[in-house]
Amino acid sequence: MKRDIILAGVGGQGILSIAAIIGTAAVNLGMFLKQAETHGMSQRGGDVTSNLRISDNEIYSDLIPIGKADMIISVEPMESLRYLPMLGPDGWLITNTKPYINIGNYPEMHEIMAEVESINNHIALDADAIARDLGSGKCANVVILGAASPFLGVSFEELQEAIKAIFQRKGDDIISMNLAALNAGHEFALSQIKDH
Amino acid sequence: MQKLLLLGDEAIAQAAIDAGLSAMYAYPGTPSTEINEYIQNSKEATELGIYSSWVSNEKTAMEAALGVSYTGKRAMTAMKHVGLNVAADPFMNSAITGANGGLIIVAADDPSMHSSQNEQDSRFYGKFALIPILEPSNQQEAYDMTHYAFDYSEKYHVPVMIRLTTRLAHSRSGVLRRTSRIQNPHKLPANPRQFILLPANARRQYKDLLKNSEHFVTESENTGFNQYIDAADKSLGVIACGIAYNYLLENYQNGIVPFPVVKLGQYPMPKEMIKKLYQSCDEILVLEDGYPMIEEMIKGYLDTGKPVHGRLDGSIPRDGELNPGIVGLALGFPLTPGSDIPKVVANRPPSLCGGCPHIYTYNALNEALALYTKGRVFSDIGCYTLGALEPFDAINTCVDMGASITMAKGAADVGFSPSVAVIGDSTFTHSGMTGLLDVVNDESNVKLIILDNSTTAMTGGQPSAAFGRIESIVEGLGVDRSHIIVLNPSPKFHEENMAIMKRELEYEGVSVIIPRRECIQTATKRKKNEIKIKTVAL
Ligand SMILES: Cc1ncc(C[n+]2csc(CCOP(=O)(O)OP(=O)(O)O)c2C)c(N)n1
Ligand code: SF4
Repeated sequence: MKRDIILAGVGGQGILSIAAIIGTAAVNLGMFLKQAETHGMSQRGGDVTSNLRISDNEIYSDLIPIGKADMIISVEPMESLRYLPMLGPDGWLITNTKPYINIGNYPEMHEIMAEVESINNHIALDADAIARDLGSGKCANVVILGAASPFLGVSFEELQEAIKAIFQRKGDDIISMNLAALNAGHEFALSQIKDH
Repeated sequence: MQKLLLLGDEAIAQAAIDAGLSAMYAYPGTPSTEINEYIQNSKEATELGIYSSWVSNEKTAMEAALGVSYTGKRAMTAMKHVGLNVAADPFMNSAITGANGGLIIVAADDPSMHSSQNEQDSRFYGKFALIPILEPSNQQEAYDMTHYAFDYSEKYHVPVMIRLTTRLAHSRSGVLRRTSRIQNPHKLPANPRQFILLPANARRQYKDLLKNSEHFVTESENTGFNQYIDAADKSLGVIACGIAYNYLLENYQNGIVPFPVVKLGQYPMPKEMIKKLYQSCDEILVLEDGYPMIEEMIKGYLDTGKPVHGRLDGSIPRDGELNPGIVGLALGFPLTPGSDIPKVVANRPPSLCGGCPHIYTYNALNEALALYTKGRVFSDIGCYTLGALEPFDAINTCVDMGASITMAKGAADVGFSPSVAVIGDSTFTHSGMTGLLDVVNDESNVKLIILDNSTTAMTGGQPSAAFGRIESIVEGLGVDRSHIIVLNPSPKFHEENMAIMKRELEYEGVSVIIPRRECIQTATKRKKNEIKIKTVAL
């Protein structure tokens, strides 16, 4: 089993928490992992990305080769498109539809969504709204992770365990909030796949 | 032993802790910052009494580390590539004094300039100083090499450089720890004159260093960090330095390269290995992240030998970071990109946070300067450099830490007046104070604005060395008290701030304005911590 995952978003949106959860699950399964992060200048509200690679076998490069990613997981719709050259022919695009607008020339939403929908394998959901409905507005990134979970090659239970481990120190409320967010995203993805 | 998921930076830090480090000094700079951060946050390091500090600049860090080494204890300093320019004087001379306790200089390079002004390659500094360099290809090697570097440094009494690039510095993977070693006791150098670089001593020390060069090559042949990996197809031989080795393997099924490879992770180069590769292969390909340093050496100025491919002949782009695709192309594999980036995707450059104090300083400054011709603002490096972008378009230069003040001085000295310098509080204490002294001594007509957001924001909010003392430093350097003015950069005071700036711009003489309000990010973090502390106290 091997998954090459591009995580995308805007500085400060918490893509590294998604990486941490998948990473913990993978390591608990005894898999190899490499995860290249963006630190520094671009974190100041610029576009950020992380290359997350998990595999049963040794991983060489910290960077995913262009056109070889299995999926793009994005917490922001325009950002999900920025990395399309990285995505392999059968790859999945999982993205939030809630835009993060901090530039004057942010494109029209319908144009962005048309591009997202032109990708064969895609799941698009308003993770912010779903998280808000659950009463956990800060967990939009975990909702997105939930939506990606059917394609990760890591079992759902293992992701739940990872969330418990990572948020252990923050207490039971935070854990159950994140588990609910994971679940909501998961359910959404399953319903989409059925319609597919 | 326990396996940890660590960034390349963190692997170096953890290894230093495990290898008996006594003190760590650094000035922050991407991509090196996480090394000292890790040590500062490490409970183990605290329990072991490891001294770690953010200091004024890379030069003071390097010198403090050298002082630790003098006492026989192990020391480390870490900096971004351009930081080594600042530390270059003690760095070069430390090669002549040599080390006593193990001394490591970590230089973190930033090819592709993700967060930097240039992409200089620190390996040249290591070569220049004639000291050994270690260049890890992965996180585990970063850990192992740090252990080795301390031993190496003590064995030959030589400072050792660890060079890594952004990609490894900021990439995470599993690292297996080794058993820890206790710190060294105090033990002064056997030769009491080792650290006195009077010419007579320095000449002797330098000869020793030159003599050691041979031993360094032998070390490079034998440690295992350099490897000769033979293969059947001798039409090409590949030299892969540091992280480039991973990109090479990535291009082949199960990482099996059909050509002989020298995996290079330790310099000076292992001569025998390189010779063997050169002699047995028809052509050579050099893969290195950074400048074509090794390629140039193998090729030679006259380039009369076998074909050598790399950045110089265009097999690989001359600038920028390597990746598996670029290396693949050089090996003859086509790129297979996915679909293009749709045209609707707009650039999203970094920007100042909403409510950032710098915004209001620039708004006032832009208005105050509207009366004058454009192009008067010499600036510097920090979050405030983003004032160069729309909608502010407020600054005209950004070169190196401290250059705002001294460039404004040069301009003012030849009649460019008013000449404005804008510098952050941390940049000011890094390299601005001496420049201001020049300005005062020469009575240059410079209007200096020191942006005091009480932190080193750009690199993640490390403490600022002049916290709470900027006015007294400025006054101590000789600026007239009546022209040291503190403002609150907030929209409420816009008119007032603008009026003060206008007035000071008209004044003939040295003037220092200090807009003071805490960085939004630092303030949020501080408040969170205060709540935490309160909760614990309850
Ligand atoms: C010689 C050198 N060392 C370190 C850096 C990295 N660096 C760039 S900006 C900066 C911090 C600037 O802090 P400050 O001047 O207080 O401005 P702020 O970011 O807080 O606005 C640092 C450490 C550098 N570019 N050059
Ligand atoms: S981090 Fe602080 S100084 Fe930097 S842009 Fe944000 S508020 Fe301003």
